[in-house]
Amino acid sequence: MTRSIVAISAGLSQPSSTRLLADRLTAAVAKKLDADVRTFELRDVAHDITDNLLTGFPSPALKTLIDAVERADGLVAVSPIFNASYNGLFKSFFDVLGDDVLRDKPVLLGATGGTARHSLALEHALRPMFAYLHAVVAPTAVFAATEDWAAGGNNALPGRIERAGAELAALVAAREPVEVKDPFDLSPSFEDLLGGQGRAVTNDLRL
Amino acid sequence: MQFGVFTVGDVTQDPTNGRVPSDAERVKAMMAIALKAEEVGLDVFALGEHHNPPFVPSSPTTMLGWVAAKTTKLQLSTATTLITTNDPVKIAEDYAMLQHLADGRVDLMLGRGNTGPVYPWFGQDIRQGVALAVENYALLRRLWREDVVDWEGQFRTPLQGFTATPRPLDGVPPFVWHGSIRTPEIAQQAAYYGDGFFANHIFWPKEHTQKMVGLYRRLFEHYGHGSADQAIVGLGGQVFMRKNSQDAKNEFRPYFDNAPVYGHGPSLEDFSEQTPLTVGSPQEVIDRTLSFREYVGDYQRQLFLVDHAGLPLKTVLEQLDILGEEVVPVLRKEFAIGRPAHVPDAPTHESLKEKAKVDA
Repeated sequence: MTRSIVAISAGLSQPSSTRLLADRLTAAVAKKLDADVRTFELRDVAHDITDNLLTGFPSPALKTLIDAVERADGLVAVSPIFNASYNGLFKSFFDVLGDDVLRDKPVLLGATGGTARHSLALEHALRPMFAYLHAVVAPTAVFAATEDWAAGGNNALPGRIERAGAELAALVAAREPVEVKDPFDLSPSFEDLLGGQGRAVTNDLRL
Repeated sequence: MQFGVFTVGDVTQDPTNGRVPSDAERVKAMMAIALKAEEVGLDVFALGEHHNPPFVPSSPTTMLGWVAAKTTKLQLSTATTLITTNDPVKIAEDYAMLQHLADGRVDLMLGRGNTGPVYPWFGQDIRQGVALAVENYALLRRLWREDVVDWEGQFRTPLQGFTATPRPLDGVPPFVWHGSIRTPEIAQQAAYYGDGFFANHIFWPKEHTQKMVGLYRRLFEHYGHGSADQAIVGLGGQVFMRKNSQDAKNEFRPYFDNAPVYGHGPSLEDFSEQTPLTVGSPQEVIDRTLSFREYVGDYQRQLFLVDHAGLPLKTVLEQLDILGEEVVPVLRKEFAIGRPAHVPDAPTHESLKEKAKVDA
Protein backbone atom coordinates (compact mmCIF):
# COMPACT_ATOMS: atom_id res chain seq x y z
CA MET A 1 0.00 0.00 0.00
CA THR A 2 1.25 3.49 -0.87
CA ARG A 3 1.80 5.64 2.20
CA SER A 4 1.74 9.40 2.26
CA ILE A 5 4.90 11.25 3.28
CA VAL A 6 4.96 15.04 3.57
CA ALA A 7 8.16 17.04 3.93
CA ILE A 8 8.29 20.58 5.28
CA SER A 9 11.34 22.72 4.61
CA ALA A 10 11.75 26.03 6.43
CA GLY A 11 14.79 27.13 4.42
CA LEU A 12 14.68 30.80 3.56
CA SER A 13 17.06 31.04 0.61
CA GLN A 14 16.48 29.66 -2.85
CA PRO A 15 18.07 27.34 -3.63
CA SER A 16 18.20 26.12 -0.08
CA SER A 17 20.43 23.50 1.52
CA THR A 18 17.56 22.85 3.95
CA ARG A 19 15.39 21.84 1.00
CA LEU A 20 18.27 19.75 -0.32
CA LEU A 21 18.42 17.87 2.98
CA ALA A 22 14.62 17.42 2.99
CA ASP A 23 14.83 15.90 -0.50
CA ARG A 24 17.61 13.53 0.52
CA LEU A 25 15.64 12.45 3.60
CA THR A 26 12.43 11.77 1.68
CA ALA A 27 14.38 9.83 -0.94
CA ALA A 28 15.79 7.67 1.86
CA VAL A 29 12.29 7.06 3.23
CA ALA A 30 10.99 6.17 -0.23
CA LYS A 31 13.73 3.57 -0.61
CA LYS A 32 12.25 1.59 2.27
CA LEU A 33 8.57 2.30 1.78
CA ASP A 34 6.10 2.56 -1.07
CA ALA A 35 5.61 6.27 -0.53
CA ASP A 36 3.82 9.16 -2.16
CA VAL A 37 6.05 12.10 -1.25
CA ARG A 38 4.99 15.75 -1.27
CA THR A 39 7.46 18.45 -0.27
CA PHE A 40 6.52 22.00 0.70
CA GLU A 41 8.70 25.03 1.30
CA LEU A 42 7.29 27.26 4.01
CA ARG A 43 8.86 30.23 2.26
CA ASP A 44 6.09 29.96 -0.34
CA VAL A 45 3.43 30.53 2.32
CA ALA A 46 5.40 32.75 4.71
CA HIS A 47 2.92 35.64 4.42
CA ASP A 48 -0.02 33.26 4.71
CA ILE A 49 1.42 31.83 7.94
CA THR A 50 1.69 35.32 9.45
CA ASP A 51 -1.84 36.13 8.29
CA ASN A 52 -3.11 32.94 9.91
CA LEU A 53 -1.41 33.88 13.18
CA LEU A 54 -3.32 37.18 13.06
CA THR A 55 -6.71 36.12 11.65
CA GLY A 56 -6.99 32.60 12.99
CA PHE A 57 -7.74 30.94 9.67
CA PRO A 58 -5.50 29.72 6.82
CA SER A 59 -5.51 31.05 3.27
CA PRO A 60 -6.42 28.48 0.60
CA ALA A 61 -2.71 27.86 -0.17
CA LEU A 62 -1.82 27.33 3.46
CA LYS A 63 -4.89 25.18 4.02
CA THR A 64 -3.67 22.83 1.28
CA LEU A 65 -0.42 22.43 3.17
CA ILE A 66 -2.06 22.00 6.59
CA ASP A 67 -4.48 19.42 5.19
CA ALA A 68 -1.56 17.54 3.60
CA VAL A 69 0.27 17.39 6.94
CA GLU A 70 -2.89 16.28 8.70
CA ARG A 71 -3.41 13.42 6.24
CA ALA A 72 0.24 12.40 6.04
CA ASP A 73 1.28 9.02 7.41
CA GLY A 74 4.74 10.42 8.09
CA LEU A 75 6.29 13.87 8.25
CA VAL A 76 9.81 15.03 7.45
CA ALA A 77 10.44 18.40 9.12
CA VAL A 78 13.61 20.31 8.32
CA SER A 79 14.67 23.72 9.56
CA PRO A 80 17.79 25.83 9.41
CA ILE A 81 19.18 26.48 12.87
CA PHE A 82 18.97 30.14 13.89
CA ASN A 83 20.14 31.31 17.32
CA ALA A 84 20.44 27.77 18.68
CA SER A 85 16.93 26.72 17.58
CA TYR A 86 14.52 26.23 14.64
CA ASN A 87 13.84 29.42 12.74
CA GLY A 88 10.75 31.53 13.37
CA LEU A 89 9.01 30.45 10.18
CA PHE A 90 9.29 26.78 11.17
CA LYS A 91 7.88 27.47 14.63
CA SER A 92 5.08 29.68 13.28
CA PHE A 93 3.92 26.94 10.94
CA PHE A 94 3.58 24.46 13.79
CA ASP A 95 1.85 27.18 15.81
CA VAL A 96 -0.97 27.42 13.27
CA LEU A 97 -1.33 23.67 12.88
CA GLY A 98 -4.42 22.48 14.76
CA ASP A 99 -4.37 20.71 18.10
CA ASP A 100 -3.58 17.01 17.89
CA VAL A 101 -2.58 17.06 14.21
CA LEU A 102 0.78 15.48 15.05
CA ARG A 103 -0.47 13.12 17.72
CA ASP A 104 1.07 9.67 17.12
CA LYS A 105 2.40 10.82 13.74
CA PRO A 106 5.91 9.55 12.83
CA VAL A 107 8.25 12.50 12.29
CA LEU A 108 11.79 12.62 10.99
CA LEU A 109 13.74 15.71 12.02
CA GLY A 110 16.46 17.40 10.05
CA ALA A 111 18.36 20.66 10.37
CA THR A 112 21.03 22.61 8.61
CA GLY A 113 23.61 25.11 9.81
CA GLY A 114 26.90 26.69 9.01
CA THR A 115 28.98 24.47 11.29
CA ALA A 116 28.49 21.24 13.23
CA ARG A 117 28.55 23.23 16.48
CA HIS A 118 24.78 23.81 15.98
CA SER A 119 23.91 20.13 15.60
CA LEU A 120 22.54 19.50 19.09
CA ALA A 121 19.80 22.09 18.50
CA LEU A 122 17.99 19.12 16.94
CA GLU A 123 18.00 17.38 20.31
CA HIS A 124 17.38 20.28 22.66
CA ALA A 125 15.06 22.46 20.52
CA LEU A 126 13.30 20.49 17.78
CA ARG A 127 12.83 17.18 19.55
CA PRO A 128 11.19 18.66 22.68
CA MET A 129 8.69 20.63 20.61
CA PHE A 130 7.63 17.51 18.75
CA ALA A 131 7.50 15.56 21.99
CA TYR A 132 5.16 18.25 23.32
CA LEU A 133 2.98 17.83 20.23
CA HIS A 134 2.84 14.06 20.92
CA ALA A 135 4.55 13.16 17.66
CA VAL A 136 6.54 9.94 17.40
CA VAL A 137 10.01 11.18 16.56
CA ALA A 138 12.50 8.90 14.82
CA PRO A 139 15.57 8.25 17.03
CA THR A 140 17.98 9.55 14.42
CA ALA A 141 17.71 13.24 13.58
CA VAL A 142 19.97 14.46 10.79
CA PHE A 143 22.06 17.59 10.94
CA ALA A 144 23.87 18.80 7.84
CA ALA A 145 26.57 21.42 8.32
CA THR A 146 27.98 23.14 5.28
CA GLU A 147 31.07 20.95 5.45
CA ASP A 148 28.95 17.75 5.50
CA TRP A 149 28.03 18.26 1.86
CA ALA A 150 31.67 17.47 0.99
CA ALA A 151 32.65 14.99 3.71
CA GLY A 152 33.23 11.24 3.38
CA GLY A 153 34.12 8.55 5.89
CA ASN A 154 32.26 6.27 8.29
CA ASN A 155 29.76 8.63 9.81
CA ALA A 156 29.24 10.76 6.73
CA LEU A 157 25.92 12.48 5.92
CA PRO A 158 24.64 9.82 3.42
CA GLY A 159 24.85 7.10 6.06
CA ARG A 160 22.98 9.18 8.64
CA ILE A 161 20.30 10.02 6.06
CA GLU A 162 19.86 6.32 5.14
CA ARG A 163 19.54 5.32 8.80
CA ALA A 164 17.04 8.10 9.60
CA GLY A 165 14.98 7.39 6.48
CA ALA A 166 14.76 3.69 7.36
CA GLU A 167 13.66 4.55 10.89
CA LEU A 168 10.82 6.78 9.68
CA ALA A 169 9.77 4.15 7.11
CA ALA A 170 9.59 1.52 9.86
CA LEU A 171 7.53 3.78 12.14
CA VAL A 172 5.09 4.52 9.31
CA ALA A 173 4.85 0.86 8.24
CA ALA A 174 4.00 -0.14 11.81
CA ARG A 175 0.94 2.12 11.87
CA GLU A 176 -2.47 2.15 10.20
CA PRO A 177 -2.97 4.81 7.51
CA VAL A 178 -4.10 8.12 8.98
CA GLU A 179 -7.82 8.76 9.03
CA VAL A 180 -8.79 12.39 9.48
CA LYS A 181 -11.71 12.88 11.83
CA ASP A 182 -14.42 15.31 10.74
CA PRO A 183 -15.00 17.81 13.57
CA PHE A 184 -18.60 18.13 12.39
CA ASP A 185 -19.15 14.43 12.99
CA LEU A 186 -20.26 14.96 16.55
CA SER A 187 -19.80 12.65 19.44
CA PRO A 188 -20.75 12.66 22.23
CA SER A 189 -24.49 13.24 21.97
CA PHE A 190 -26.01 16.39 23.42
CA GLU A 191 -27.45 14.36 26.28
CA ASP A 192 -23.85 13.43 27.16
CA LEU A 193 -22.90 17.11 27.06
CA LEU A 194 -25.78 17.90 29.40
CA GLY A 195 -24.44 15.20 31.69
CA GLY A 196 -21.07 16.95 31.83
CA GLN A 197 -19.28 14.76 29.28
CA GLY A 198 -18.08 17.56 27.01
CA ARG A 199 -14.51 17.96 25.83
CA ALA A 200 -12.22 20.33 27.65
CA VAL A 201 -11.27 23.16 25.33
CA THR A 202 -7.71 24.30 25.59
CA ASN A 203 -5.68 26.77 23.59
CA ASP A 204 -8.87 27.69 21.80
CA LEU A 205 -9.51 31.37 22.39
CA ARG A 206 -11.02 31.91 18.98
CA LEU A 207 -14.55 30.67 19.15
CA MET B 1 -36.39 38.21 6.80
CA GLN B 2 -34.80 40.57 9.31
CA PHE B 3 -31.96 42.97 8.59
CA GLY B 4 -29.97 44.90 11.10
CA VAL B 5 -26.63 45.91 12.50
CA PHE B 6 -24.48 44.55 15.29
CA THR B 7 -21.69 46.31 17.11
CA VAL B 8 -18.86 45.10 19.30
CA GLY B 9 -18.40 48.55 20.81
CA ASP B 10 -14.66 48.84 20.31
CA VAL B 11 -12.93 52.11 21.18
CA THR B 12 -10.39 52.29 18.38
CA GLN B 13 -8.18 55.09 17.16
CA ASP B 14 -9.22 56.57 13.84
CA PRO B 15 -6.08 55.74 11.82
CA THR B 16 -6.66 58.65 9.43
CA ASN B 17 -6.37 61.37 12.08
CA GLY B 18 -5.18 59.65 15.25
CA ARG B 19 -8.33 60.53 17.15
CA VAL B 20 -9.51 58.18 19.91
CA PRO B 21 -13.08 58.63 21.12
CA SER B 22 -13.68 58.73 24.87
CA ASP B 23 -15.75 55.96 26.43
CA ALA B 24 -18.57 58.49 26.79
CA GLU B 25 -18.46 59.33 23.08
CA ARG B 26 -18.40 55.69 22.06
CA VAL B 27 -21.34 54.77 24.26
CA LYS B 28 -23.37 57.67 22.86
CA ALA B 29 -22.28 56.81 19.32
CA MET B 30 -23.58 53.25 19.77
CA MET B 31 -26.89 54.65 20.91
CA ALA B 32 -27.03 57.03 17.93
CA ILE B 33 -26.41 54.05 15.64
CA ALA B 34 -29.30 52.17 17.27
CA LEU B 35 -31.71 55.07 16.79
CA LYS B 36 -30.53 55.53 13.21
CA ALA B 37 -31.12 51.83 12.55
CA GLU B 38 -34.79 52.29 13.38
CA GLU B 39 -34.99 55.57 11.47
CA VAL B 40 -33.71 54.02 8.22
CA GLY B 41 -36.02 51.04 8.50
CA LEU B 42 -33.71 48.30 9.73
CA ASP B 43 -35.25 45.60 11.92
CA VAL B 44 -32.59 44.68 14.46
CA PHE B 45 -29.93 46.32 16.61
CA ALA B 46 -27.58 44.01 18.50
CA LEU B 47 -24.59 44.78 20.70
CA GLY B 48 -21.75 42.81 22.17
CA GLU B 49 -20.74 42.33 25.78
CA HIS B 50 -17.18 42.87 26.88
CA HIS B 51 -15.38 43.29 30.17
CA ASN B 52 -12.07 44.67 29.01
CA PRO B 53 -10.79 47.70 27.13
CA PRO B 54 -10.87 48.70 24.33
CA PHE B 55 -14.56 47.74 24.48
CA VAL B 56 -17.26 49.73 26.30
CA PRO B 57 -20.46 47.64 26.37
CA SER B 58 -20.16 45.78 29.67
CA SER B 59 -23.83 46.24 30.47
CA PRO B 60 -25.95 45.40 27.40
CA THR B 61 -29.38 45.51 29.03
CA THR B 62 -28.74 49.02 30.39
CA MET B 63 -27.96 50.21 26.88
CA LEU B 64 -30.79 48.26 25.27
CA GLY B 65 -33.22 49.57 27.93
CA TRP B 66 -32.31 53.10 26.84
CA VAL B 67 -32.82 52.17 23.19
CA ALA B 68 -36.15 50.52 24.04
CA ALA B 69 -37.45 53.77 25.49
CA LYS B 70 -36.48 55.76 22.39
CA THR B 71 -37.74 53.37 19.71
CA THR B 72 -41.00 51.67 18.81
CA LYS B 73 -40.26 49.03 16.19
CA LEU B 74 -36.62 48.02 16.50
CA GLN B 75 -35.89 44.47 17.68
CA LEU B 76 -33.21 44.58 20.39
CA SER B 77 -30.65 41.83 20.60
CA THR B 78 -27.11 41.00 21.64
CA ALA B 79 -24.01 39.74 19.89
CA THR B 80 -23.23 38.09 22.18
CA THR B 81 -24.39 37.72 25.78
CA LEU B 82 -21.77 35.75 27.69
CA ILE B 83 -23.38 32.51 28.81
CA THR B 84 -20.13 31.25 30.32
CA THR B 85 -19.09 33.99 32.72
CA ASN B 86 -22.43 35.60 33.54
CA ASP B 87 -24.59 34.07 36.21
CA PRO B 88 -27.55 32.53 34.34
CA VAL B 89 -29.80 33.80 37.13
CA LYS B 90 -28.81 37.38 36.33
CA ILE B 91 -29.29 36.80 32.60
CA ALA B 92 -32.79 35.43 33.26
CA GLU B 93 -33.68 38.49 35.32
CA ASP B 94 -32.03 41.18 33.20
CA TYR B 95 -33.52 40.05 29.90
CA ALA B 96 -36.97 39.40 31.34
CA MET B 97 -36.87 42.95 32.70
CA LEU B 98 -35.81 44.25 29.30
CA GLN B 99 -38.68 42.34 27.68
CA HIS B 100 -41.18 44.24 29.82
CA LEU B 101 -39.58 47.62 29.16
CA ALA B 102 -39.38 46.96 25.40
CA ASP B 103 -42.86 45.45 25.11
CA GLY B 104 -41.37 42.18 23.91
CA ARG B 105 -38.98 43.56 21.27
CA VAL B 106 -36.14 41.51 22.73
CA ASP B 107 -34.17 38.42 21.86
CA LEU B 108 -30.61 37.54 22.71
CA MET B 109 -27.66 35.72 21.27
CA LEU B 110 -25.58 33.61 23.60
CA GLY B 111 -21.86 33.19 23.11
CA ARG B 112 -18.91 31.90 25.09
CA GLY B 113 -16.62 34.91 24.87
CA ASN B 114 -13.09 34.73 23.53
CA THR B 115 -11.14 36.88 25.96
CA GLY B 116 -9.03 34.50 28.04
CA PRO B 117 -8.73 36.52 31.27
CA VAL B 118 -12.48 37.27 31.48
CA TYR B 119 -13.03 33.68 32.61
CA PRO B 120 -10.78 33.86 35.70
CA TRP B 121 -11.90 37.45 36.41
CA PHE B 122 -15.41 36.09 36.72
CA GLY B 123 -14.30 33.01 38.63
CA GLN B 124 -14.46 30.52 35.76
CA ASP B 125 -12.09 28.28 33.78
CA ILE B 126 -11.92 28.74 29.99
CA ARG B 127 -11.22 25.04 29.52
CA GLN B 128 -14.77 24.48 30.78
CA GLY B 129 -16.17 26.91 28.18
CA VAL B 130 -18.41 24.42 26.41
CA ALA B 131 -19.55 22.76 29.65
CA LEU B 132 -20.37 26.20 31.12
CA ALA B 133 -22.40 27.15 28.04
CA VAL B 134 -24.33 23.89 28.23
CA GLU B 135 -25.07 23.89 31.96
CA ASN B 136 -25.75 27.62 32.31
CA TYR B 137 -28.15 27.63 29.40
CA ALA B 138 -30.01 24.58 30.70
CA LEU B 139 -30.55 26.50 33.95
CA LEU B 140 -31.48 29.74 32.14
CA ARG B 141 -34.24 27.94 30.24
CA ARG B 142 -35.71 26.54 33.43
CA LEU B 143 -35.60 29.91 35.19
CA TRP B 144 -37.73 31.41 32.41
CA ARG B 145 -40.09 28.46 32.06
CA GLU B 146 -40.63 27.27 35.63
CA ASP B 147 -41.95 29.60 38.32
CA VAL B 148 -40.12 27.81 41.11
CA VAL B 149 -36.76 26.19 40.42
CA ASP B 150 -34.83 23.66 42.48
CA TRP B 151 -31.48 23.18 40.83
CA GLU B 152 -28.02 21.82 41.41
CA GLY B 153 -25.13 21.81 38.94
CA GLN B 154 -21.38 21.81 38.60
CA PHE B 155 -20.65 25.52 38.34
CA ARG B 156 -22.97 27.61 40.49
CA THR B 157 -24.45 27.63 43.97
CA PRO B 158 -27.50 25.34 44.12
CA LEU B 159 -30.97 26.90 44.08
CA GLN B 160 -33.84 25.79 46.28
CA GLY B 161 -37.27 27.32 45.76
CA PHE B 162 -35.93 30.13 43.58
CA THR B 163 -38.15 32.32 41.40
CA ALA B 164 -36.51 34.64 38.85
CA THR B 165 -38.36 37.95 38.61
CA PRO B 166 -39.92 39.54 36.72
CA ARG B 167 -41.51 36.56 35.03
CA PRO B 168 -41.13 36.68 31.22
CA LEU B 169 -43.60 38.96 29.42
CA ASP B 170 -46.87 37.09 28.69
CA GLY B 171 -45.18 33.94 30.00
CA VAL B 172 -43.08 33.81 26.80
CA PRO B 173 -39.28 33.76 27.23
CA PRO B 174 -37.18 35.80 24.80
CA PHE B 175 -36.08 33.90 21.70
CA VAL B 176 -32.49 32.70 21.96
CA TRP B 177 -29.84 32.48 19.27
CA HIS B 178 -26.60 30.63 19.90
CA GLY B 179 -23.56 32.19 18.30
CA SER B 180 -20.30 30.47 17.55
CA ILE B 181 -17.51 30.81 15.05
CA ARG B 182 -16.07 27.34 15.16
CA THR B 183 -17.47 25.15 17.90
CA PRO B 184 -19.73 22.40 16.53
CA GLU B 185 -21.11 21.68 20.01
CA ILE B 186 -22.78 25.12 20.03
CA ALA B 187 -24.53 24.41 16.72
CA GLN B 188 -25.60 21.12 18.29
CA GLN B 189 -26.92 22.94 21.37
CA ALA B 190 -28.98 25.35 19.24
CA ALA B 191 -30.42 22.43 17.27
CA TYR B 192 -31.19 20.38 20.38
CA TYR B 193 -33.45 23.09 21.76
CA GLY B 194 -34.83 24.28 18.42
CA ASP B 195 -33.26 27.70 19.09
CA GLY B 196 -31.67 29.93 16.47
CA PHE B 197 -28.07 29.57 15.32
CA PHE B 198 -26.05 32.62 14.39
CA ALA B 199 -22.85 32.21 12.41
CA ASN B 200 -20.42 35.08 12.96
CA HIS B 201 -19.49 34.83 9.27
CA ILE B 202 -17.04 37.73 9.51
CA PHE B 203 -13.73 36.33 10.50
CA TRP B 204 -13.66 32.99 8.72
CA PRO B 205 -14.14 31.68 5.18
CA LYS B 206 -17.62 30.88 3.93
CA GLU B 207 -16.82 27.17 3.65
CA HIS B 208 -16.59 27.12 7.42
CA THR B 209 -19.93 28.91 7.92
CA GLN B 210 -21.49 26.49 5.46
CA LYS B 211 -20.33 23.50 7.53
CA MET B 212 -21.51 24.99 10.83
CA VAL B 213 -24.93 25.93 9.47
CA GLY B 214 -25.22 22.58 7.68
CA LEU B 215 -24.57 20.75 10.93
CA TYR B 216 -27.12 22.91 12.77
CA ARG B 217 -29.79 22.34 10.12
CA ARG B 218 -29.20 18.58 10.03
CA LEU B 219 -29.43 18.28 13.82
CA PHE B 220 -32.44 20.64 14.01
CA GLU B 221 -34.32 18.09 11.94
CA HIS B 222 -32.79 15.18 13.86
CA TYR B 223 -34.09 16.59 17.15
CA GLY B 224 -37.59 16.92 15.69
CA HIS B 225 -38.11 20.66 15.44
CA GLY B 226 -39.04 20.64 11.76
CA SER B 227 -37.28 20.08 8.48
CA ALA B 228 -33.68 21.23 8.05
CA ASP B 229 -34.73 24.18 5.92
CA GLN B 230 -37.01 25.41 8.71
CA ALA B 231 -34.16 25.90 11.16
CA ILE B 232 -33.59 29.51 12.28
CA VAL B 233 -30.34 30.85 10.87
CA GLY B 234 -28.68 34.22 11.31
CA LEU B 235 -25.54 35.48 9.62
CA GLY B 236 -23.11 38.28 10.27
CA GLY B 237 -21.59 40.31 7.52
CA GLN B 238 -19.23 43.20 7.16
CA VAL B 239 -19.62 45.96 4.60
CA PHE B 240 -18.39 49.39 3.65
CA MET B 241 -20.04 51.22 0.80
CA ARG B 242 -19.68 54.28 -1.37
CA LYS B 243 -21.39 55.11 -4.62
CA ASN B 244 -18.23 54.22 -6.52
CA SER B 245 -16.55 50.97 -5.63
CA GLN B 246 -13.02 52.37 -5.75
CA ASP B 247 -13.96 55.26 -3.43
CA ALA B 248 -15.20 52.73 -0.89
CA LYS B 249 -11.94 50.79 -1.04
CA ASN B 250 -9.78 53.91 -0.78
CA GLU B 251 -11.70 55.26 2.19
CA PHE B 252 -11.98 51.96 4.08
CA ARG B 253 -8.44 50.71 3.46
CA PRO B 254 -6.69 52.52 6.34
CA TYR B 255 -9.40 51.30 8.74
CA PHE B 256 -9.02 47.77 7.42
CA ASP B 257 -5.23 47.83 7.54
CA ASN B 258 -5.21 48.93 11.17
CA ALA B 259 -8.33 47.13 12.39
CA PRO B 260 -8.35 45.06 15.54
CA VAL B 261 -8.36 41.30 14.84
CA TYR B 262 -7.16 41.20 11.22
CA GLY B 263 -5.26 44.48 10.80
CA HIS B 264 -1.64 44.26 9.64
CA GLY B 265 -2.42 40.79 8.30
CA PRO B 266 -3.94 39.94 4.93
CA SER B 267 -4.64 42.63 2.34
CA LEU B 268 -8.13 44.08 1.96
CA GLU B 269 -8.36 42.24 -1.36
CA ASP B 270 -7.29 38.86 0.06
CA PHE B 271 -9.57 39.19 3.08
CA SER B 272 -12.51 40.21 0.85
CA GLU B 273 -11.92 37.11 -1.23
CA GLN B 274 -11.44 34.75 1.72
CA THR B 275 -14.26 36.06 3.96
CA PRO B 276 -17.65 37.71 3.33
CA LEU B 277 -16.21 41.23 3.84
CA THR B 278 -17.53 43.42 1.03
CA VAL B 279 -16.13 46.87 0.36
CA GLY B 280 -17.58 48.50 -2.71
CA SER B 281 -20.74 49.90 -4.25
CA PRO B 282 -24.22 49.24 -2.81
CA GLN B 283 -24.86 46.93 -5.77
CA GLU B 284 -21.76 44.89 -4.92
CA VAL B 285 -22.99 44.53 -1.35
CA ILE B 286 -26.41 43.46 -2.61
CA ASP B 287 -24.91 40.86 -4.94
CA ARG B 288 -22.56 39.45 -2.31
CA THR B 289 -25.24 39.30 0.37
CA LEU B 290 -27.66 37.55 -1.96
CA SER B 291 -24.98 34.92 -2.56
CA PHE B 292 -24.99 33.95 1.14
CA ARG B 293 -28.13 31.87 0.77
CA GLU B 294 -26.45 29.79 -1.90
CA TYR B 295 -24.39 28.14 0.84
CA VAL B 296 -26.55 28.43 3.98
CA GLY B 297 -30.03 28.15 2.44
CA ASP B 298 -32.93 30.57 3.02
CA TYR B 299 -32.26 32.23 6.35
CA GLN B 300 -33.93 34.52 8.83
CA ARG B 301 -31.60 37.28 10.01
CA GLN B 302 -28.76 39.25 8.44
CA LEU B 303 -26.74 41.56 10.68
CA PHE B 304 -24.05 43.86 9.34
CA LEU B 305 -21.03 45.15 11.21
CA VAL B 306 -20.52 48.77 10.13
CA ASP B 307 -19.06 50.69 13.06
CA HIS B 308 -15.74 49.20 14.12
CA ALA B 309 -12.04 49.88 13.55
CA GLY B 310 -12.25 53.57 14.43
CA LEU B 311 -14.74 54.64 11.74
CA PRO B 312 -16.17 58.03 12.77
CA LEU B 313 -19.85 58.18 13.74
CA LYS B 314 -20.70 60.43 10.80
CA THR B 315 -19.38 57.83 8.37
CA VAL B 316 -21.22 55.03 10.16
CA LEU B 317 -24.51 56.93 9.97
CA GLU B 318 -23.94 57.42 6.23
CA GLN B 319 -23.45 53.66 5.92
CA LEU B 320 -26.77 53.13 7.68
CA ASP B 321 -28.45 55.55 5.27
CA ILE B 322 -27.11 53.57 2.32
CA LEU B 323 -28.19 50.28 3.91
CA GLY B 324 -31.67 51.59 4.62
CA GLU B 325 -32.25 53.41 1.36
CA GLU B 326 -30.45 51.39 -1.28
CA VAL B 327 -29.47 47.97 -0.01
CA VAL B 328 -32.00 46.46 2.37
CA PRO B 329 -35.12 47.26 0.28
CA VAL B 330 -33.57 45.35 -2.62
CA LEU B 331 -32.45 42.51 -0.36
CA ARG B 332 -35.96 42.17 1.08
CA LYS B 333 -37.42 41.88 -2.39
CA GLU B 334 -34.79 39.55 -3.79
CA PHE B 335 -34.61 37.23 -0.76
CA ALA B 336 -38.40 36.80 -0.92
CA ILE B 337 -38.16 35.43 -4.44
CA GLY B 338 -38.09 31.67 -4.46
CA ARG B 339 -38.33 31.43 -0.68
CA PRO B 340 -40.53 28.40 0.11
CA ALA B 341 -43.68 29.19 2.11
CA HIS B 342 -42.77 26.66 4.82
CA VAL B 343 -39.52 28.52 5.69
CA PRO B 344 -40.43 30.54 8.79
CA ASP B 345 -39.50 34.11 9.64
CA ALA B 346 -37.33 34.82 12.68
CA PRO B 347 -39.47 34.34 15.80
CA THR B 348 -40.73 37.49 17.53
CA HIS B 349 -42.52 37.95 20.80
CA GLU B 350 -45.85 38.07 18.96
CA SER B 351 -45.19 34.91 16.97
CA LEU B 352 -43.97 33.05 20.06
CA LYS B 353 -47.04 34.19 22.02
CA GLU B 354 -49.25 32.92 19.22
CA LYS B 355 -47.40 29.61 19.15
CA ALA B 356 -47.71 29.22 22.94
CA LYS B 357 -51.46 29.73 22.60
CA VAL B 358 -51.71 27.08 19.88
CA ASP B 359 -49.51 24.63 21.81
CA ALA B 360 -51.66 25.10 24.92
